[in-house]
Amino acid sequence: MIEVQGLTRTYGTFTAVDNISFSCVPGTVTGFLGPNGAGKTTTMRVMVGLTPASSGKVTIGGHLYKDIPNPGRHVGVLLDASAQHAGRTGREILELGATTMGLPSSRVDEMLELVSLTPTEAKRRLRNYSLGMKQRLGIAHALLGDPSVLILDEPANGLDPAGIRWMRGLLKGYAERGGTVLLSSHLLHEVEQIADEMILIGNGKIVAQGDKKTLLAGAAAKGGGVHSYATALDNAALAAALTAKGITVAGAGDGLRIEAESVEVGRAALEAGVVLTDLRGGEGGLEDLFLELTAETQREAIS
Amino acid sequence: MSAIHTLDVSGTAKTPFHRLVRVELRKSYDTRAGFWLLLSIALIVLAAEIIVLAVTTVQDEAIAFGDFIGVAAFLTSFLLPVLGIMVLTTEWSQRSAMVTFSLEPRRPLVIAAKALVGVLLTLATVAIAIGIGAVCTLLYRLIEGHADWTFGWPDMFAFLLTQVLAMLGGFALAALLLNTPAAIVAFFVYKWVLPPLFFAGAALMGWFDSLRPWIDFQSSQEAIWDWSSSGEDWAQLVVSGIVWLVIPLAIGIRRVLRAEVK
Amino acid sequence: MSATAVAPATIDLSGTQPTPFSRLLRTEFRKTYDTRSGLWLLISIGIVTALVMVIQVSVAIAQDIAVSYNDFLTSTTFSIGFLLPVLGILLLTSEWSQRTAMVSFSLEPRRGHVIAAKMVVGILFAIAAVLVTLALAAVCTGIYGALSDIPADWDFGIKQTSFFLLLQVIGMLTGFAFAALLLNSPAAIVVYFAYSFILPTIFGIGAELIGWFADIHPWIDFNNAQVPLIDGSVSGEEWAQLVVTGIIWLVIPLAVGIWRVLRAEVK
Ligand SMILES: Nc1ncnc2c1ncn2[C@@H]1O[C@H](COP(=O)(O)OP(=O)(O)OP(=O)(O)O)[C@@H](O)[C@H]1O
Ligand SMILES: [Mg+2]
Repeated sequence: MIEVQGLTRTYGTFTAVDNISFSCVPGTVTGFLGPNGAGKTTTMRVMVGLTPASSGKVTIGGHLYKDIPNPGRHVGVLLDASAQHAGRTGREILELGATTMGLPSSRVDEMLELVSLTPTEAKRRLRNYSLGMKQRLGIAHALLGDPSVLILDEPANGLDPAGIRWMRGLLKGYAERGGTVLLSSHLLHEVEQIADEMILIGNGKIVAQGDKKTLLAGAAAKGGGVHSYATALDNAALAAALTAKGITVAGAGDGLRIEAESVEVGRAALEAGVVLTDLRGGEGGLEDLFLELTAETQREAIS
Repeated sequence: MSAIHTLDVSGTAKTPFHRLVRVELRKSYDTRAGFWLLLSIALIVLAAEIIVLAVTTVQDEAIAFGDFIGVAAFLTSFLLPVLGIMVLTTEWSQRSAMVTFSLEPRRPLVIAAKALVGVLLTLATVAIAIGIGAVCTLLYRLIEGHADWTFGWPDMFAFLLTQVLAMLGGFALAALLLNTPAAIVAFFVYKWVLPPLFFAGAALMGWFDSLRPWIDFQSSQEAIWDWSSSGEDWAQLVVSGIVWLVIPLAIGIRRVLRAEVK
Repeated sequence: MSATAVAPATIDLSGTQPTPFSRLLRTEFRKTYDTRSGLWLLISIGIVTALVMVIQVSVAIAQDIAVSYNDFLTSTTFSIGFLLPVLGILLLTSEWSQRTAMVSFSLEPRRGHVIAAKMVVGILFAIAAVLVTLALAAVCTGIYGALSDIPADWDFGIKQTSFFLLLQVIGMLTGFAFAALLLNSPAAIVVYFAYSFILPTIFGIGAELIGWFADIHPWIDFNNAQVPLIDGSVSGEEWAQLVVTGIIWLVIPLAVGIWRVLRAEVK
């Protein structure tokens, strides 16, 4: 649905986005990840024609964005929720969008209700909105035209826990109904839960892409192999039982780091009669993967 | 960890005023908009003086040092107030007031620092204008063989004072309105629309004619150029100055002090 | 996910109409009054216009001065003549200063249409302002006729009315053109006022001192070229001067500005 082909954007000698290609498929949520300044927002801005590409192109549903008539009805965009006139009321901002898209006022009420902004809040001026309220309004604006494609830049920014959960459900539902969602985020835990596909970029280049399983498997193969973490009432006894089986064990915090799958650890504990209080698989999850893949492009040195 | 949960501030000095001034001065030129405003003031004065020099030498007209200064004064009298406005209002339009006032909660000091920066930039502008005027007069002398350096210290002082007052006029309107376009429009109304209205009003109505000198800040500033001005002229300058400078500034500052900064 | 829900990877556009211009017009119109600053600009244009005329009529009656319907319109130099260009400027620049251009141009990527809609809104406001002014002037002339010993002078023809309208539209569009060129409210306002108050003085001095400049002066001074419109009679040559100066001060800045907006990165 969204096709990015050889996209490059340069600013003078600096290359913000460096020859990237990917596609987003209908019925899926694609997570767009990368360190600060990696080029996520720039890529999204090029998608909707706000920033001209230096080379390459992006099509949405087979069209250039600028060739889509009444694009608000097909593509929902949220790039920066605060890029609105501070003196307008929340409701007015949506009314303007609805007018441009040719939608009735009732749609505005629906959207306000959807993002849980009360009528009194909707009457306040954007200047007086809290961070999360601005974000909710931005999401409402993106959804206004009932688009089949959503392009959201850090949509969870500033949302409260209930809001984040609500959005997760919303986006999943959108994809299930055949919609295409591209979202960027730094909340890896969130992305992990909703994204079917992930694209990792660093310094303007794609460093990895694929579904979560593939990415994690790839990382495991590259990294130190399988391991798990366990805590027992008697850590020493568990360690002894594992060592007896020829498994390498090391202390880690309150518990142990074991060079084996969690099923092996459970079996050893059962046999040794040790009570486990915590046992989990040690695939580092998305965070480790993210840090590893973008290591050269990270700002902070990772130990 | 101490048992008393108080912040030990005994070792921290208050932010000294000169540091605020330094920061505010820097803010006036570290953005593209600010830098271009300052540069265009200089360039406009330079361009105008060069044109005047070219025209007078080509036409063999007589021109004095003071005339060059006069040209500069005409231009800066509307450019400097814009500077005075922008010094204050950008803080609101760009929302940096949030940062500024959290680093220095004594808001009047921040405003004073801004006003001082406006004055400093005005001094610099005046110095540059005098420099350009001197160079132009010198060039005129080289080309024409003679030059008229008539421009005394009183004139210099008057030039400086009128420019500072012009800048502060903009600053006061900005404090009152805290909105760039509104302040600029209000300033131009004050500068160009009001004088003819005052003039017409005075010509038509006797009572207004006698009131006008006390409320027309622009015409009462003429006293500055003329040292033989009477005590009444100076009194009129002070009264009209209170009307157009002090009152808006006072209301504006009061507003800034109690405003919720967003 | 249900098996049937897989949508095609292309968007079918056959059912979507391009955003009609009338709708853009409605949105842009609404944007002019839905913020406090916008509303106040409109209100102050009305108040200032009325105020100038009220002062004018009361002074005229009190001092027994003859004023005509025409004089009431002339005094608008101090009201709508001054503020309509500001309206034209803010119409365009507020979109940049408030960063709403990001939203406007993602909902209508044909940026030229958005700008055209803004321009039409500006023209509509100029027309509305002129209508209000004509009505106010008529009321003032009526009051003057009723209260003054001097009979009211209603002399004002269709031609003059249309010239008056043209003048106001030109004023608004000049502001709009400067705004398009600079995309920054303070800069555009300062440049506009410099153009309308300082440039004439400079042109005047130049024309007085330099012979050849006096010859080209009428062909480059847009303010000056509008004077015949105020006077109510325009010769063929004066029309030509109006067109030529209009190209210099209106069409060229507008064209450069629009060209710039069309390719600008919107942030
Ligand atoms: N107009 C511009 N001129 C110069 N550099 C720019 C310009 N616009 C963006 N950049 C640079 O391009 C890079 C990519 O920025 P972008 O906003 O796309 O990052 P991002 O991936 O969205 O980061 P974040 O996670 O912090 O939002 C940054 O280094 C940014 O400073
Ligand atoms: Mg970003």
